[in-house]
Amino acid sequence: MPSTYPEQYFPILLQVLLGVVVAAALVGLSFLVGKRVKNKVKDTPYECGVNPIGSAKERFSVKFYLVAMLFILFDIEAIFLYPWAVVYRDLKLFAFIEMFLFIILILSGFFYIWKKGVLDWQLEDEQTFQQKKQVLK
Amino acid sequence: MEFFIITGIKAALVAFVLLTTAAYLVWIERKVLAHIQLRVGPYRVGPHGLLQPLADLIKLVTKEGVLPAQVNKFYYLLAPFLAVALALVSISVIPFGKQVEVFGYKTYLELANVNLGILVILAISSVSVYAVALGGWASNNKYALLGGLRSSAQMISYELPLALAIVSPLLMCNTLSLREIAEAQAGFYFGLIPKWHIFQMPMPQLLAFIVFLIAGFAETNRVPFDLPEAENELVAGFHTEYSSTNFAAFFTAEYCNMVTISAVATHLFLGGWNPPLPEVISNWIPPAIFVGFSLLAFYHATQTSPTRPWDKYTFPVLGVVLLGLAGIFTLPLLRDALTPLFWFAAKTGAILFLFIWVRGTLPRFRYDQLMKFTWTFLFPVSVVQLLATGILVAIVN
Repeated sequence: MPSTYPEQYFPILLQVLLGVVVAAALVGLSFLVGKRVKNKVKDTPYECGVNPIGSAKERFSVKFYLVAMLFILFDIEAIFLYPWAVVYRDLKLFAFIEMFLFIILILSGFFYIWKKGVLDWQLEDEQTFQQKKQVLK
Repeated sequence: MEFFIITGIKAALVAFVLLTTAAYLVWIERKVLAHIQLRVGPYRVGPHGLLQPLADLIKLVTKEGVLPAQVNKFYYLLAPFLAVALALVSISVIPFGKQVEVFGYKTYLELANVNLGILVILAISSVSVYAVALGGWASNNKYALLGGLRSSAQMISYELPLALAIVSPLLMCNTLSLREIAEAQAGFYFGLIPKWHIFQMPMPQLLAFIVFLIAGFAETNRVPFDLPEAENELVAGFHTEYSSTNFAAFFTAEYCNMVTISAVATHLFLGGWNPPLPEVISNWIPPAIFVGFSLLAFYHATQTSPTRPWDKYTFPVLGVVLLGLAGIFTLPLLRDALTPLFWFAAKTGAILFLFIWVRGTLPRFRYDQLMKFTWTFLFPVSVVQLLATGILVAIVN
């Protein structure tokens, strides 16, 4: 049975190579087999038949950045839980209390961002929109 | 040396089986959806449309791979490449059955016997966000950009409840190796109720299982979370500009990911290859099922209608094949190796069927509902469920 590290991970390496070959074959095949006809209209971005206006690389909602940042924060928390779960049988209640305190700390941050409205993706209603406009003026 | 040869054979076999499963999953999905909507689905190519995946493949390969003018060529081609390569890699740490002996050489029915199996799968699933995000961004198309953005935000948001839902069964078995997790769920309470994690004392993991499934649906961009490719608002989302085999790559990757996530759910919650009943009974279930289906096939062979003349030949053949399978499952030598494989495949198949069933039944979420659902409901629920499991395991054990 595989006991050393290289032996354990060699199959994964092999599978990576296999995946690369299959993927390269799939992506390459379309260039080798299909016939190619190029013209200017065909090469424009698809927008249901309407001529595209401007570039697609436009600005988008800042919410997406916020979600990415939150993900990094909370996913690190989740990754901390994995080694904790593995040694849980030996440490028992001690481990539970330690992790409980840690999760409470994380959750207090979570409730803060919740109250701040970071997790609220709905369009703001007319009244708050007008209020914000007033403040900006 | 023997080890390397056997690993090579296993790798080729696993990749072949996975790709075939993905191809036929598309056929099954079309059939099931069709029957839900009172249609017959693919029917023309081969008996009951069984050769439809092959026809689809030929069609997609011979189509023109359009490379639009303003795309970022490198990233545009990297995205489908990444998607399908990563989908094939993540299956490599999943065990399919117990140890078997082939020509005097003992081997596990899995590719890599890694003691960090779950972490490998989580890591790969995190990286596969790049495929969708890059594809959407490099296409230089507004629909694709929106689809890619939505998808990356959705996938990383649902990764959180997914990761937390995995931890709570881990608290009970204290290992990250999928093989050891499956082995920890062997046995029965009162000789009847299986010790799978969704039933196991002190804290049955039913809630974690549901959270895992919901997050799994979102991770694989399936209905009701298929916002990245919402047809009626985004055309096809992140793969709007992709055609030919590049499109096929995204498609294959999605179905391979479905298989992987179902297999992981089976191992974590449904006891892997452990049978649902004590072995005295459960060893006879697979042959009984095959015999039942073969009888059904023979019955249908006698009921052929004039519009389907080929049924007179296909049904008896199918019946004989099924009888042969039933015979194989009664041989004591093969039974020990095949029965675990059968239960594993059956449970994974059941979850895959659930994926299709949900697609035929539920409408799509709205995007703000989708994000609100995971952050303000799924995430707190999984944290509470984790703490409850923790305290019960600490006190009882």
